[in-house]
Amino acid sequence: MPTSRNISIKYALDWKTVFIYLFLVAFGWLNIYGASYDFDQASIFDFSQRAGKQFVWILTAFGLAGVLLLLDSRLYSYFAYLIYIFVIFLLIVTIFIATDVKGSRSWLVFGPVSFQPAELAKTATALALAKFMSAYNYTLKGWKDLIPLAVIVFIPFALIILQKETGSALVFLAFLLMFYREGMSGLVLLLGVFAVALFVIAIGFSEIPIQTDSGTLGMVLAMLLVILVQFVFAFFYKRNRKEALLLLAGVAGMSIIAVVLNIWLPVNYDYVAIFIVLLSCVYWFIISRFKRMKQYLFIAWISLGAMLFCFSADYLFYQVLEPHQQIRIKVLLNMEEDLRGAGYNVNQSKIAIGSGGMFGKGYLNGTQTKLKYVPEQDTDFIFCTVGEEWGFLGSSVLLFIYLWLLLRIIRIAERQNEVFNRVYGYSVASIFFFHLTINVGMVLGLVPVIGIPLPFLSYGGSSLWSFTVLLFILLRLDAARLQRGVQR
Amino acid sequence: MAVIMIVVVVIYILRLFSLQILEDKYKKGAASNAFLNKTIYPPRGLLYDRNDSLLVYNKPAYDIAFINREIRNLDTLSFCNDLKITKEYFIERMKEVKNRDKNPSYSSLTPQVFMTQLEIKDVAAVQQSMYKYSGFYIQTRTLREYRYAAGGHVLGSIGEITPRMLENDEEGYYDPGDYVGRDGFEFTYEKDLKGEKGVEVLLRDARGRIKGKYEEGRKDIAPKAGKNIKMTLDIKLQILGEQLLAGKVGSVVAIEPNTGEILAMVSNPTFDPSLLVGRERSKNYSLLVNDPTKPLMNRATQAQYSPGSSFKPFQALVALKQGAINEGTRFSCNGPGSSPIRCTHHHGSPVSLLNAIEQSCNPYFWHTFESTLVKGGYGKDNQNFRKNYDEWRINIMKFGFGARFEDSDIYQQSRGNIPSENYFDKVYKSKTGWRALTIRSLSIGQGEVLVTPLQLANATSVIANRGFFITPHLNKSDSMLLHKHDVGVDKRHFQVVDEGMWRVNEFGTARSYKVPGINWCGKTGTVQNNRGKDHAFYMGYAPRENPKIAIAVVVENAGFGSTFAAPIASLMVEQYLTGKVVRTDLLTKTMNVRTNANVKEY
Repeated sequence: MPTSRNISIKYALDWKTVFIYLFLVAFGWLNIYGASYDFDQASIFDFSQRAGKQFVWILTAFGLAGVLLLLDSRLYSYFAYLIYIFVIFLLIVTIFIATDVKGSRSWLVFGPVSFQPAELAKTATALALAKFMSAYNYTLKGWKDLIPLAVIVFIPFALIILQKETGSALVFLAFLLMFYREGMSGLVLLLGVFAVALFVIAIGFSEIPIQTDSGTLGMVLAMLLVILVQFVFAFFYKRNRKEALLLLAGVAGMSIIAVVLNIWLPVNYDYVAIFIVLLSCVYWFIISRFKRMKQYLFIAWISLGAMLFCFSADYLFYQVLEPHQQIRIKVLLNMEEDLRGAGYNVNQSKIAIGSGGMFGKGYLNGTQTKLKYVPEQDTDFIFCTVGEEWGFLGSSVLLFIYLWLLLRIIRIAERQNEVFNRVYGYSVASIFFFHLTINVGMVLGLVPVIGIPLPFLSYGGSSLWSFTVLLFILLRLDAARLQRGVQR
Repeated sequence: MAVIMIVVVVIYILRLFSLQILEDKYKKGAASNAFLNKTIYPPRGLLYDRNDSLLVYNKPAYDIAFINREIRNLDTLSFCNDLKITKEYFIERMKEVKNRDKNPSYSSLTPQVFMTQLEIKDVAAVQQSMYKYSGFYIQTRTLREYRYAAGGHVLGSIGEITPRMLENDEEGYYDPGDYVGRDGFEFTYEKDLKGEKGVEVLLRDARGRIKGKYEEGRKDIAPKAGKNIKMTLDIKLQILGEQLLAGKVGSVVAIEPNTGEILAMVSNPTFDPSLLVGRERSKNYSLLVNDPTKPLMNRATQAQYSPGSSFKPFQALVALKQGAINEGTRFSCNGPGSSPIRCTHHHGSPVSLLNAIEQSCNPYFWHTFESTLVKGGYGKDNQNFRKNYDEWRINIMKFGFGARFEDSDIYQQSRGNIPSENYFDKVYKSKTGWRALTIRSLSIGQGEVLVTPLQLANATSVIANRGFFITPHLNKSDSMLLHKHDVGVDKRHFQVVDEGMWRVNEFGTARSYKVPGINWCGKTGTVQNNRGKDHAFYMGYAPRENPKIAIAVVVENAGFGSTFAAPIASLMVEQYLTGKVVRTDLLTKTMNVRTNANVKEY
């Protein structure tokens, strides 16, 4: 086995990943040409067109990748905090000097080139987190260990929110996945899912009244979900069958009383539901005292929290979210059908994809994308073009290639011996995964419209550079592992 | 972590499967999004007369149409200015189009006609700035143009398709707003004249802008031009007929006997066919339809008259056929003192068939009719009489009377009437309630007998042909020689009728209107009616030796057939056989006769 640095990067590099990368970039370029293709179209290399520009971006991205591979791998760990601080500084500066582009202040313009520092923030944050978590005295065990990580994530997150780039900011949620992988309790993720479910139910059914002036279906269903969670926890997880069944009996009894009472006296079911959940919390408090089981106290607190969350969901939705965000969510939840307004993108995107059929219409033959029915078809909605022109077969294959890339990255991360490298690898996987999920989910009408690009396919220099940097730093770190002669 | 990723990708692939494979609505959505199927209207077939003179051709017209869903940010003011309409008109018209009560086929997704049948000067301004008015389109159509202001009834007109016609359109060829032949020849030959519409598949972008042809036009369908048709009409004869009938109510039908080709079919009052074209159509139509002299009615085929004396030659032929009389049979005539029908002429007695035709002797034809019906006696319960009547009726109808020419292309014919036994049974309450004497007026073409001018001209051509007619028709490209109808009367019987009719023109009632250098045969009629003066009738054919034209003339409420109908027939014959009219005095005189002060010229 060759030792130390003598081994060339050529042999140490994970070429499979590089080929997937090259394929995705090339495929993206073809589809950008396809999406912006007009009938009197110039060549794919016409630099006044997006495909031509993207070609330039791709070449520079390759150059960037080359430079990253040639740098010493220890630089990343060494300069991690410095890079992080520099990017934070850049983000702050951007807020003040950026010009307003469609309401967002996130673009730095250098002559003909504009750049979004928010894209760099992902890499910088991943590096900073890796650095912090690879400290020899750090392990992610309890809640307290999460706090510094949360701070590292929160600073760029907040700054990007201030730039009015909510979509890019949300990407930072992806680090939760990495935290989970690194030892954070799965409960956090479960709580997240629980909160989303409550929110969807509370808002989604908030406009359906049960009976006149007496509460909405949303609140009642949300509270029902809370009780259900309590029951599942007690019955299946803690196996305290008696207590769980007693809870059900109590809830059922009170519900019947409420319904019967309603015959003589109009009852507001919202309050009934809240009252029942409050009682259930008291019930669990008592049980936790009696049985000395701490988890029930936890359940009680969670339930109380869920209740307050539902109470404030309306407020959150209508006061904190911007009107266009409210509408995007309402459209997704089928509360509003606004095919010419907010629902237009998604509807047109579904039409474009749906019209592709099994084999697609063929490259450059898609009518919907060519005729500009889908807005942002070469950036955030590039997947439409794929769906329309390459059909079910092509788009499924593309998704599988993404999956292959993700699994590949996870594998690379897992074979690292250094914590820094591993944490960084999981971060890269999480970020790519988040982008893929949100972007394709949005195009397919499964996730609210959040404007974040599809890695390597969407048009744009900032995003292509940022994804390239993310990936190639990992590849460099991975290559260094072999170069140092360390076995798997 | 890997599990979560696999789960998400699988969910997305399932979603793709449902969008792309299971659901159909997105494909339809895509088609209605991106394709604009623009109809290309074919040129309608041209119409020529028998001498290849162009009668009807096309001129372009423009419709302004819109698809409501595609209208975006319309600058109404500039649009109205370009179209030279007021904003109020625009709003009013939009409301009208969108009103489903008035426009049941309205849809915001399909092209709706906003303004129709505009001329190029009206649309020029809009056409230049059409790109500004997304959702609006200019549709090119063709309208009819007429070279002669004649033949309106025969040629017919085209107009927007009616809801009823759309319902009956089983092939689904027509769309609302299409132009179709609405009456006359245009209606009869709609299938040949219309051609086939073409389609241009255009791509339309999200803003409704046309981005060019789909697949370089490979999916386009070229329109097929309609078939040009040569008609049997002689336009010069037609025009002369219309001039001669000026100021009168009546009609002239001229047929080429040995082919059944209609040479002229005139009905007056008439109208310039170009009045029923384009935007003025509905206005002019209501003007015409409300005129009490009924200019829209084609009297040549629709008006029914008792034929009077012009019926006598046919009576004679049927009687000869049924053996009730022969060429030598004579009956006595007491002139005006005759009974039961008086004679209006003075001549010797007993009178022969030849003289009876020449002199139009009413008593002779009464005796003839009686002999026909009571040949062999009345029989028990009038059975023999009824049998004879039935035979007579069948034989008379063989001349084309009492029924439409079902195998003809002539539009809107009336049936005329040769009454049946049942009819008389009903009128006279029983099968024995009527006898020859009861229905005596039939003998001289009065009473219940009704014929149309077309039927009379056709029956005249039977005499000219010595025993048959070819179904009268208007399309010269269609030979109708197989549609030969033999009347079953022996050729020799025609001699005496021919001779008699020749004598009418030579010595009798029509002797004043000899056609120079031409021997011809005819018969006048002066028909009593309940609407004022007698109708003037004339029927005849020429030349006697080798008939080229058979003609029937009716002038309503004019007086003597010899005075009002015969000169018209004479001049028509002269025009047709010699190609010109030399009797200009007669021409001027006849044209200037006014028999009905209400007749207007359109």
